[in-house]
Amino acid sequence: MGSGTSTQHHFAFQNAEKAFKAAVLIQRWYRRYMARLEMRRHCTWSIFQSIEYAGQQDQVKLHNFFSYLVDHFTPNNHNERDFLNRMFTEERSPQDSEMENCRDYESIEVPDSYTGPRLSFPLLPDHATALVEAFRVKQAEGTNGKALRQDLAWTARGTSRKAIVAGEEGTREQLLEDGDRERLHARYVLNLLYEARKHLVQLPNINRVSTCYSEEITVCGDLHGQLDDLIFIFYKNGLPSPERAYVFNGDFVDRGKDSVEILMVLFAFMLVYPKEFHLNRGNHEDHMVNLRYGFTKEVMHKYKTHGKKILKLLQDVFCWLPLATLVDEKVLILHGGVSDMTDLEFLAKLDRHKIVSTMRCKTRKEDKKQAEEKGKANQTSSAGTPSPWFLPQSHSLPTSPLRPSTQKAHRAGRSSSVPCRVPLDPKELSHWVRHSVDLELERCRQQAGFPEIKEKEEPLPLASEADPEAEGRREPTQEEWRQVVDILWSDPMAQEGCKANTIRGGGCYFGPNVTERLLQKYNLQFLIRSHECKPEGYEFCHSRKVLTIFSASNYYEVGSNRGAYVKLGPALSPHIVQFQANKATHTLTMRQRQDFSMSDFQKDRIIVFVETLKCKCHYIYPNSKSEFKI
Amino acid sequence: MADDRDREGTEIAVAEFHKKIKDAFEVFDHESNNTVDVREIGTIIRSLGCCPSEGELHDLIAEVGEEEPTGYIRFEKFLPVMTEVLLERRYRPIPEDTLHRAFEVLDPAKRGFLSKEELIKYMTGEGEPFSQEEMEEMLSAAIDPESNSIHYKDYITMMVIDEN
Repeated sequence: MGSGTSTQHHFAFQNAEKAFKAAVLIQRWYRRYMARLEMRRHCTWSIFQSIEYAGQQDQVKLHNFFSYLVDHFTPNNHNERDFLNRMFTEERSPQDSEMENCRDYESIEVPDSYTGPRLSFPLLPDHATALVEAFRVKQAEGTNGKALRQDLAWTARGTSRKAIVAGEEGTREQLLEDGDRERLHARYVLNLLYEARKHLVQLPNINRVSTCYSEEITVCGDLHGQLDDLIFIFYKNGLPSPERAYVFNGDFVDRGKDSVEILMVLFAFMLVYPKEFHLNRGNHEDHMVNLRYGFTKEVMHKYKTHGKKILKLLQDVFCWLPLATLVDEKVLILHGGVSDMTDLEFLAKLDRHKIVSTMRCKTRKEDKKQAEEKGKANQTSSAGTPSPWFLPQSHSLPTSPLRPSTQKAHRAGRSSSVPCRVPLDPKELSHWVRHSVDLELERCRQQAGFPEIKEKEEPLPLASEADPEAEGRREPTQEEWRQVVDILWSDPMAQEGCKANTIRGGGCYFGPNVTERLLQKYNLQFLIRSHECKPEGYEFCHSRKVLTIFSASNYYEVGSNRGAYVKLGPALSPHIVQFQANKATHTLTMRQRQDFSMSDFQKDRIIVFVETLKCKCHYIYPNSKSEFKI
Repeated sequence: MADDRDREGTEIAVAEFHKKIKDAFEVFDHESNNTVDVREIGTIIRSLGCCPSEGELHDLIAEVGEEEPTGYIRFEKFLPVMTEVLLERRYRPIPEDTLHRAFEVLDPAKRGFLSKEELIKYMTGEGEPFSQEEMEEMLSAAIDPESNSIHYKDYITMMVIDEN
């Protein structure tokens, strides 16, 4: 009896032990598998990010190189000089009188066959909603109303554009025509842009918003042409309204395939709810950057006839976007970041319209005195302006950017942001060279007995000339330009201090002390910025004083990252919502996860995987009466 | 002579290990100050090819941690310990057929599969139990939705291919 039971027990015990060991084995192995996956994810992420930033850096470097060449090119004759001048003046933003020419969109005919949205101004909320709806439906259906899968890549590398139309006839590839049916007609695009510009011109550089009027304010980050994400945000959070304010923090365009549609939607709501809907400029709201990162291509492809006109108008509209938004005088929202030199009062006063592109800047001199000092500084000191990468590096230049200048104290510190300036102001140098060449030419002519030739008026003034203002009014000063670049390009870093952002080629890396100083100086609570893709769609840093918010999910590839937006509630406490719009049909899973870095702030994180919005989603916006179901 | 060759071989191996360890460590060194959060150590160690159990992992963490736990692991402490682990080939990964036999222990009837409930029971009730999140993650990939079960032979094969 006894031995029987004990044998049974013995077996039972052995079995239990075996089960235990088996379980441990499986768990061990599984955990290792997951760890390897995670490691791979991290590494892939770094690779993607490096490629992205290296690409930006490349563009900047190339740009600097060619700028330098152009600036130091000594023209041999009139024609060459004119050519140079044309290159320079090409960039000037149109005068107001020139802008009137853009009204000729009114002469553009819209054919009857056009079945897209027709806009009339002033825009009404219904128009804006209809616009969103039209774009959403367009994603799901093709010209035959059949399911359409579009493979588009609007980057500099490729623009393959095919539509696979599945129907009774079987699948066939059909090149989508540039039909008016497909998208918002160019006339309405231009009209909308024109109206948008009119509105933007009235706004200050730093837009001030108060939460007294609307109950909540939602801040979204980079969208980069990913219309799915914008539509999802409106679906999940609700359409903009007087009670639901929005701030979109730049980088609406480039990379994704629907930059045009995103802009149309954003501008439409901005016109419909001017007090509640706000846009900040990002570093991609820039025609030079667009050339490389796909937006220009997208426009030219979607609008073959009127694309150029649209781009020209866009260039101007971008310059008029506000640089930052300030909520209740407490939360500062801007695209990139700040630097140790950021001066909000200065930024508020400058003429933002003059900063056409952060890539290239012809700057005028502030005044003669400062120019002299700069000249002195550049000759003797080692700090201030490093020479460009393609010039032989002088060893007197500091490797550490934080050495204070021997000259003006406030120019102390980091090496300059993009683009690098040569020790002598290139414009001054080229003028001087040109002028001395002219003098020499003249002298030779006189010697040879030729009559004096009346020189054409130099469009660009010489350094010593009396009035830099007349011409200079068009161009920003170096300081103005640098302040704006810092706002649009900088990234936070963990270390203290402030140094040049060499990876991007523009702006700087700013440390927690820089943030702290800025917040204290202007009595702010915290900073919201975007500009960097984060795996979770958001990230706090600098003791939660800086929040990065990024709204383009699956940015690098499907599954690479979530998007997020932040709602500012009472007392401006941030409340993050994440999402991920999946193109593939993944099953819905709901998960809640502890995040160890978030303990101090109220948050509510819902991670939702949504089936493709293109085909299967039937939803009604929350602010209408119908119920919603997935 | 043989000793010298051995030593040289070991030195080369050590140098390689050092590089691997450093690379893996840097992925999680977010502040670029040669420290990582202790919660990431498991991932780092496993990505270096080791397959410790949770208990073994805790022992390792104790070895590389500070006197007063700070929540961070410093590289200077991590490197020598980890190098030793790699040299000694500790915590080797499990061969595929051993894994298969482990599943079979849990499936004595040798049906070739475990039901979802059985899997949950074993993984969260036995051994070094999974957290809720780990369980959900495994289920989402392993469970065949039609039969609501895991065909473990196929599952193992799929995971192994994924790894490589």
